[in-house]
Amino acid sequence: MSETDAQTAFIRSEMLAPQLPPVTERGVIKWLRENLFAGWLNSLLTLVSLFVVVSIIVTALPWWLNGVWNAGSLGECRTIAGPEGGACWAVIKARWHQYIFGFYPQDAYWRPILAFGMMFVALAPVLYYGLRAGAKLIGVVAVLTVLSLAALDHNIAHVGAIAVLMAGLFAFSVIAPKRLVYVTILYPFIAFWLLWGGSIWKPVATLLGFGVMVLVYRLIQPRLGVIMGTAVGFVAACLYWLFVQGAITGALGDAWPTLTAVNSDQFGGFLLAFVIGVTAITCSLPIGILLALGRRSDMVLIKTLSVGFIEFIRGVPLITMLFTASLLLQYFLPPQTNFDLILRVVILVTLFAAAYIAEVIRGGLAALPRGQYEAADALGLDYWQAQRLIIMPQALKISIPGIVSTFIGLFKDTTLVSFVGLLDPLRGVTQIVRADINWKGIYWEPYIFVGVIFFLICFGMSRYSMYLERKLKTDHR
Amino acid sequence: MAEAQKMQVSDEVAIRISNMNKWYGTFHVLRDINMTVNRGERIVICGPSGSGKSTLIRCINRLEEHQQGQIVVDGTELTSDLKNIDKVRSEVGMVFQHFNLFPHLTILENCTLAPIWVRKIPKREAEETAMHFLEKVKIPEQAHKYPGQLSGGQQQRVAIARSLCMKPRIMLFDEPTSALDPEMIKEVLDTMIALAEEGMTMLCVTHEMGFAQAVANRVIFMDQGQIVEQNEPKEFFNNPKSDRTKLFLSQILGH
Repeated sequence: MSETDAQTAFIRSEMLAPQLPPVTERGVIKWLRENLFAGWLNSLLTLVSLFVVVSIIVTALPWWLNGVWNAGSLGECRTIAGPEGGACWAVIKARWHQYIFGFYPQDAYWRPILAFGMMFVALAPVLYYGLRAGAKLIGVVAVLTVLSLAALDHNIAHVGAIAVLMAGLFAFSVIAPKRLVYVTILYPFIAFWLLWGGSIWKPVATLLGFGVMVLVYRLIQPRLGVIMGTAVGFVAACLYWLFVQGAITGALGDAWPTLTAVNSDQFGGFLLAFVIGVTAITCSLPIGILLALGRRSDMVLIKTLSVGFIEFIRGVPLITMLFTASLLLQYFLPPQTNFDLILRVVILVTLFAAAYIAEVIRGGLAALPRGQYEAADALGLDYWQAQRLIIMPQALKISIPGIVSTFIGLFKDTTLVSFVGLLDPLRGVTQIVRADINWKGIYWEPYIFVGVIFFLICFGMSRYSMYLERKLKTDHR
Repeated sequence: MAEAQKMQVSDEVAIRISNMNKWYGTFHVLRDINMTVNRGERIVICGPSGSGKSTLIRCINRLEEHQQGQIVVDGTELTSDLKNIDKVRSEVGMVFQHFNLFPHLTILENCTLAPIWVRKIPKREAEETAMHFLEKVKIPEQAHKYPGQLSGGQQQRVAIARSLCMKPRIMLFDEPTSALDPEMIKEVLDTMIALAEEGMTMLCVTHEMGFAQAVANRVIFMDQGQIVEQNEPKEFFNNPKSDRTKLFLSQILGH
C-alpha cells in the first residue's frame, strides 16, 4: 500500500486476485492451535485431559476385552477370565429376558413386543411432520418387530400373523398417512389389552366412555361453551364408567376374543419402565398445559387451585407420592376396590410430571411478547382459539428443551418404583439376579447393561428434541 | 391534495365515545373523552408520549378496558360482554407499532387464520382474499415466506393486509411507522394513503405530519389524557389555537 502513502489521490491499475490464508491460519493446524493449544494454560489442560482419558482407557480396556459371554455362574466366569480378570457378560446372556420383561410369561412375550412395535406406529403421526418420515419409521419398526419375534417366539402362526399385521400397518401409513391418527387414538386400549390380556370387551367398554364424553361435549358445547361442555361430558363419562360399564363387561363376560390374563406383579424390567414412562409422558403434557394456563388465568379460583396443586406436588418428593400410591390410597378407597398398583403409580407419576411440565410451559408463555396476545385478540379470536392457534404453538416450541428434560427425568425416575415393590430394571431385577447363588457378588455388569439401555433411550429423546427444534425454527433470527 | 377531496365522509356514526374515563390503578390516563367518528372519516391523533393517544385507540377495540362512560362502535356498546367484544373486534382492524405478526405461520397463513376461524370462511376462499390484499400492499411474492424473512416495512404491510382480510369497517393504526427505518416509512404510508382513498374509516396515532396533511380530515391533539385541540389539518398546522399545541408543533416541525 506504499503508493497511497504520500498522495491523497489514488487509482488502482490492476485488481488483486484472492489468495489462500497462511499455513498456520487454515485447516487442521488452525483448528489445533485455536482449540487445543491457544495459550500455555490451554495447552496444559489439553495435555492433562489427554493423560486422564488415556489412563482410563488403559485401565479399563482389558476388563472389557476379556469379557466372558458363555458361563453358568460368576465362579465359572472368573476361572475362564483368568488372573487379569474380565467382565462377566454371561449374566446378561442368562438373565436378559428378566431385565426386559420381568416375570412376564415367556410364551406371551409376543404381546409386549407387538405392543412396543405398535407404539411407534401410534407415535409416528405425532412425532413427525413429514408423513414420509413417519412411514419410514413404521417400516423399520415393522421389520425389527417381526425379526425379534421370530427370534423369541417359536410359534410360526404368531410370527406370521404379526408380520401380516405390521405389513398392513406399513401399507396403511403409505396409502393414508393422515388416517394413522385413528391408530394413535385406539393404541392405549390395544396396548392395555395386549399387555394385561383378559377379555377385549373391557377396554372396548372403557373406550365407549370416551365416546360418551365426546357425544355429550358435541351436544353441549355450541350452547354452553367449551368449559361447560368439557365438564358435563367428563361427568357423564364418569357416571358411565361407574354404573354402566360394569353391566356391559359383566354381560359380555369372557366372550371371544380373549388373551391369557397377566397380573401386574408379573410386569418388570424395561417393560414396566416403558408402561409407566410412556403413559405418564403422554398424559402429563395435556394436564401440564391446562395447569400452566390455569396458573395464568384471571379467574381467582382456577388460579389458586392450579398454584396450590403445582406447588404442593413440586414440594413433595416423588418417593413420598409413590408410597402414597401403594399404601395410603388403600386406606381411603372403599375396602373391596382392587385398584391396580401399576395404575396407581402411573397416576401419581403423571401428576408429578404434570406439575413440572406446567412450570416449564409457563416459562414459554412468559417468553411470548404481549403483542402476540393482543394481535390474536384484535383479530377477534376467542380465548381457546388464540391459545390453540397462536399462543401454544409458540410457547411449546420455546419450551421443547425443558419439556424433554422433564420427560427424560421422568423416564429415569420410573426406577424409583422399586421402593413400592415393583420390579424396575435397575434395582428390582438386579436384586433378584444377585440373589441367585450362581451370580452372587456380581456388581458392575448388570448396572452397565441397564445404564447403557437407559442412555440410549434418553439420548434418543434428546436427539429427537433437537430435530424438532430445527424443524420448527421459523423465526430466522 | 386533489384525491383527498374526493374522499367522502357520510353522516353515519361509526364510533361514539362519550364521557369516557380510564385509570391505570390510581393513575388517570384518559380524562373525560368525548368524540364522534363518522363513517369514512380519517382521523390523525398526535401528542407527546404518555398523553394517552395509544390507550385511547386501544380502548376502541377493548384491548384496554375503560372504567367510566360509553364507547359505541358500529352500534355495539363495549361492555364486559364477551360476545359484543368479539363482534367489535372482528369489525375493527388494528395495526400495531411492532407489527405483531405470528412468527410461526407463513405470511399467507397469517392472513387467512382469522377469516377461517372467526368468519368461518372456507380455506380456499380465504386464501384468494388474502392474495388479493397481499397484491394490494404489493407483496404477493412473499406469501409463502415467514415474517422473520421480511423487512420491517414489508412486515407492516403484511400486518395491514392481515387486518384487511377480515373486511373490517374501521381501521385503527397505533404508531404504524414508529419502529421503521426512514426508507421504509414511505412504503407503509403509501399503503395507508391508498386505503384512505378507498373511503376506509381510519383512526391513526402517528407523528407523520405529512401524512396528516395529505389524508386526514381531522387532527386531534392530546396531552395529559385529554383532547386539547382538534381541527381540520390546514387550520391545525397553520393556525393552532392552544399554547400547548403551538409548543408541540414547534418542537416536531422545528427542524
